[in-house]
Amino acid sequence: MGRYVARRLLQAVLVLWAAYTLSFAVLYLLPGDPVEIMAAGGGEVTEVTEEQLDAVRAEYGLDAPLAEQYLDRLGAALTGDLGTSVQTGERVSAMVAEQLPATLQLTCAGGALALLLGSAVALAGAHTRRPWLRQLLLSLPSVGASAPTFWVGLLLIQLVSFRWGLLPAIGDQGWRSLVLPALTLALPTSAVLAQVFAKSLRDALREPYVETALAKGASRARVTLRHAARNASLPAFTVFGVLVGNLLAGSVVVETVFSRTGVGRITATSVTVQDIPVVQGLVMLGAVAFVLANLLVDLVYPLLDPRVTTGGAVAR
Amino acid sequence: MTSETLERSPAAAWPSRARAALRAPGLVLSVVLLVLVGLAALAPGLLTGQDPLTGVPADKLLPPSLEHPFGTDQLGRDLLSRTVHGTAPTLRAALLAIAIGLVPGSLLGLLAGAAGGVVDDVLMRVADVLLAIPGLLLSLALITALGFGTTRVAVAVGAVSIAGFARVMRAQVLRVRESDYVEAAHASGTRWPGVLLRHVLPGAWGPVVVFAAVEFGTVVLAISSLSFLGYGAVPPEPEWGSLVAGGRDYLATSWWLTTLPGLTIALTVLAANRIARALDRGTGEAL
Repeated sequence: MGRYVARRLLQAVLVLWAAYTLSFAVLYLLPGDPVEIMAAGGGEVTEVTEEQLDAVRAEYGLDAPLAEQYLDRLGAALTGDLGTSVQTGERVSAMVAEQLPATLQLTCAGGALALLLGSAVALAGAHTRRPWLRQLLLSLPSVGASAPTFWVGLLLIQLVSFRWGLLPAIGDQGWRSLVLPALTLALPTSAVLAQVFAKSLRDALREPYVETALAKGASRARVTLRHAARNASLPAFTVFGVLVGNLLAGSVVVETVFSRTGVGRITATSVTVQDIPVVQGLVMLGAVAFVLANLLVDLVYPLLDPRVTTGGAVAR
Repeated sequence: MTSETLERSPAAAWPSRARAALRAPGLVLSVVLLVLVGLAALAPGLLTGQDPLTGVPADKLLPPSLEHPFGTDQLGRDLLSRTVHGTAPTLRAALLAIAIGLVPGSLLGLLAGAAGGVVDDVLMRVADVLLAIPGLLLSLALITALGFGTTRVAVAVGAVSIAGFARVMRAQVLRVRESDYVEAAHASGTRWPGVLLRHVLPGAWGPVVVFAAVEFGTVVLAISSLSFLGYGAVPPEPEWGSLVAGGRDYLATSWWLTTLPGLTIALTVLAANRIARALDRGTGEAL
């Protein structure tokens, strides 16, 4: 088990290094001179002189050869220094740390809601005996996955806030203003979850142990909930990493729609003003969240499923 | 005589096809909807006679009616016409994004699967890293570097799906290259490039096309989200995502401005996903 954990940790670190390199390549190597973008970034200055460009190059260390820049930045990133925002001059790590709690609140609420909605739909779909109801329940996820997040958010604001006046439309004060954004964020994620869970539930309910349990007199609800659901939740658990990434990315749209503060909001504004260091910091935040979530899955999975051995290759 | 039989055989197939269609009304509706969307992109004039760019100020913010089925916006422009004319930029961006993911992705997957060894390892680890960054965030990084506009948004969205296409293609190549006919072609003296193009690629193609169909819905959603955030089409050019964004200021009073263009996006994606699922099942049986 110790070697298994060490290998997973090493893999995680390698993926993060590669993600850093990739985001560096995208942001600093692609056409579109970062210096010109930064010099004009957020400013009203439309004409940028050559001296100003040189000043910016020197300030951000962009006059050095690319390999040197890359190593310098990577070294700094390892100590938690992600550079400074071109627009505000603030440290990127401080900006992220300041905004993260609001986004964590949103993504955790959204994730919990997605889990609840997704498993409720899948379980109800597997349990019901009415064909039309089953058809309806099992087609809900594909509808949820097709609706654009921003549109769902705006519809909820329109109906719940403006038409019915039940919940606040925008802002981030208290749980009442968290309900609609969390629901919006949860919908596409719950759709993915429901699809995966419904499929594995269907497979699990065909297993012999289900028939055995039924033959021994267990009720259908008990068999679905206690016997099948426990086994069927394992495959659903493996998509956890993807879902965490989706929730974080979804916060960009949701925080914009609901005018909330948070990491997603500063992502949207940093892209608008092409604030390269901030964008790279946020891309790395996404990669870290994904890698940590997958690491968690890899470490917890063998504990949940005794058939998985940690010696060889682990089924993902 | 012969012409008669030729005429009769497709007609004879009709009742069974019609029955099959009735059993999947959702699929038929999806095909009809996508045909309409295609028509709106190619010949918007057939679906609406109104001007998408110049409005009648006296008719501003009218709710949906027979004359304006989608209502009018704050400048008195017909919203149905704007949605119909917004189809072409949206669809063009989506197809471009698919092409950008499909072509390099399948070539890299083909290379990885055929070459094996170190090449395969390196390419697949790069794909893993691409998949480790949430797609929308990677697209946003690309947009930061490339700049704004519908085409750049399409490039940013398409580049994200390269890894997915590479994976699907590689898996298919690995499956096909072990089959007897590839071995036979190889044994009969055909060189590897010939074997790849003539024998491996046609055999591996199906699931990649299905994946492209599945990706279509995802890509339309990503593109409209990015235009909603303001990185895509420049006003007054109508585009689905930016149409919804344009209605944001009138949420409380004019529900149709956000609801109807958004509904168009949702239905298009739903229809595309339904067809992709049918294709998926079709190839699943064929394999």
